Amino acid sequence: MDLAVILLLPLLGSLLNGAFAVKASVTKRPLPELLIAIVGVLFPFLSFLIAVKASLPFLLNGQLAPTQEHLFDWVVSGPFSVSASLLLDRLSVVMVLVVTGVGTLIHFYSRGYMHGDAGFARYYCYLNLFLFSMLVLVLADNLLFLFVGWEGVGLCSYLLIGFYFTDADKAAAGKKAFVVNRIGDFGFLIGLFLILGQLGMSVSAGENILSFNYLMQHVEQLAPVAGWVTFCLFLGATGKSAQIPLYVWLPDAMAGPTPVSALIHAATMVTAGVYMMVRLFFLFNYDLAPYTMQLIATVGAATALFAATIGLVQNDIKKVLAYSTVSQLGYMVLGVGVGAYGAAIFHLMTHAFFKACLFLGAGAVIHALHHEQDIQKMGGLKSKLPVVFVTFTIASLAIAGIPPLAGFFSKDEILFQTYVTGHRYLYTVAFIAAGFTAFYMFRLVALTFLGKSSLEHHGHHHAAHVQKVPFSMQSVLVVLALLSVVGGWVGIPDALGHGLGLHNYWQAWLPFGVGETSLEGHNVHSLEIELAFISALWGALFVGLAIYIYLKKPAWPQNCAQKLKWVYALLREKYFIDEIYNALIIQPIKSVSQYVLAKFCDQGIIDTLFIKGLAFFTQVGGGLVNRFQNGSVNAYVLYFFVALIGLLTWALV
Amino acid sequence: MTLNHYLVLSFILFILGFAVLSLRRNLLIMLMGVEIMLNAVNIALVAFSRLHQGVEGQMAAFFVIVLAAAEAGVGLAIVIALFRKRASVQTHMFMDLRDRVTRS
Repeated sequence: MDLAVILLLPLLGSLLNGAFAVKASVTKRPLPELLIAIVGVLFPFLSFLIAVKASLPFLLNGQLAPTQEHLFDWVVSGPFSVSASLLLDRLSVVMVLVVTGVGTLIHFYSRGYMHGDAGFARYYCYLNLFLFSMLVLVLADNLLFLFVGWEGVGLCSYLLIGFYFTDADKAAAGKKAFVVNRIGDFGFLIGLFLILGQLGMSVSAGENILSFNYLMQHVEQLAPVAGWVTFCLFLGATGKSAQIPLYVWLPDAMAGPTPVSALIHAATMVTAGVYMMVRLFFLFNYDLAPYTMQLIATVGAATALFAATIGLVQNDIKKVLAYSTVSQLGYMVLGVGVGAYGAAIFHLMTHAFFKACLFLGAGAVIHALHHEQDIQKMGGLKSKLPVVFVTFTIASLAIAGIPPLAGFFSKDEILFQTYVTGHRYLYTVAFIAAGFTAFYMFRLVALTFLGKSSLEHHGHHHAAHVQKVPFSMQSVLVVLALLSVVGGWVGIPDALGHGLGLHNYWQAWLPFGVGETSLEGHNVHSLEIELAFISALWGALFVGLAIYIYLKKPAWPQNCAQKLKWVYALLREKYFIDEIYNALIIQPIKSVSQYVLAKFCDQGIIDTLFIKGLAFFTQVGGGLVNRFQNGSVNAYVLYFFVALIGLLTWALV
Repeated sequence: MTLNHYLVLSFILFILGFAVLSLRRNLLIMLMGVEIMLNAVNIALVAFSRLHQGVEGQMAAFFVIVLAAAEAGVGLAIVIALFRKRASVQTHMFMDLRDRVTRS
């Protein structure tokens, strides 16, 4: 029953906190924060402990067979049946530990960050519910049950991003996240129906047709539609995992409280798309769906570069991290696209550590500066917030790909696999994006923590007063920074680690196939060492460059912006993608709705023709028939007779 | 004297009876019209009976006669009741049940 308990604990916490929130709104007296926080943090923590307990056989005893738990039969209709059952295998072990572990840390951090917020209980209610949905997503053993979690995280993201719903902009951001994700979900559903349509013919009773096991065994039956299925499911993944073309919700999603960004945009929801594709790795491969895989790899690499370029010029601390997230997700999707599923999940895990750390660090900065988010107005916070500075820098080094931190190994694994599977162009794109990543991260570090404080220049009335960061926040930052350092050590490539006596646990852990390599064994090894060396240098170069420019030559960026006005404007305005979507999609839909559907169809055809027309015809008809009822018996006799003649004629002829 | 003569006579009588029923406004006259129609049918029935050398037609004719008598009795009773109400046997005095839709 372990798996069910893992799920139900956060749900219970959510219900309890929901009850607290309702009670507080009825009695107009909020309950003590400590009680709410204990409920909100304890349940996820217990869930984490049980997840560890359930994972131990896999981690220690090398269990290979997945643990399955059948909860109940959910849909049974003729031969078609879907059960609500849970599955724990090596892939879900990673996901569950990351989700509950990082999730618990973020819950704990929120205690300090949300202190004094009026919606404290409501916040924890949503956060726990989110965790529950995400756990359903990663533990589900069939596609439909996975979709329940998929939709659940969509709903909770809407609730959490629009948490400060009194502000119209923030409420709109929540709506945007929800609606954009719905587009992706539509793709997911179509993919699901295609699978059902293909397999539904030959299903025998009692088979759980959508379970991953069944799909895996019957994958050759899906071959005719595999291209379309993977394409539709990938569309779903672009929504959740914020890839081109559906990434636009993520930058706006920074409207929610900062810990929410850490939870949703680092550790959980945005990884759902990648997880789903890896979970269906038998579908997403080059034998079944070569074109889709090419598309996935291309979209991943394009997103990685595209988002990184936007990140170079953003001035809002959370926006930079948001675009960085989109970019890093691009790497994961690229990994899936070239068939390096293990590497994609590896990067997913390390990214969860350092990106959560970065978001929470940013949250600490924002918290300390009384909700100032503009990095141009910061600076010199190194001495004021030492713990935040150190942890933030460690996480930045990790994301920039500096060895021996976590990000280096995972990102490099993806780059290497991209290279050896023959995607040279995509490798180049991803490689350039890695440089940009290092650059904008250290631009952020330099502007925020190093140099002189710009707070006074901007007449900031809180200038002298930087708020203390509470223990609950600092401790979490430290834990995550540690994870950002050591997280990558489970997957050090043999080529690098062999000399040190380190083993590549990760590759043994998730032995998914990668694409064809055209190289011999020891060639691969030497190539791997070369590529790792180059990319480490490349990252370090850009880290140094960013720090040098923003500390020693602060005028240089402005000059650049002056000289390359239009490039700068293009990046500042995020390639005008929002405006383009608005002009090409939203406005036409609005116009069509307003003029064609509302004015013409609804008011024109339905209202006038059908409704008013029907009333008019009834009245006129009634008026005509009314003449017949003149009260004269003679006339009635005549009608009777005519009708009789008519009936007789009809009957005889 | 073929069957056709009888049928034509029956038809003419029936039409006359119906004309009386539908054109005259006097209830008593209308009842007479009904009687004429019934008699017209009787002629046809008996003519067919003769043609087929059977008695069923005559049986039916007798039934019609009985029915006509009963109907006359009931009809006249109703007419008398109506006459007591309105002191008239003209149909246009009895249009109470006419319904007029009020146009909105």
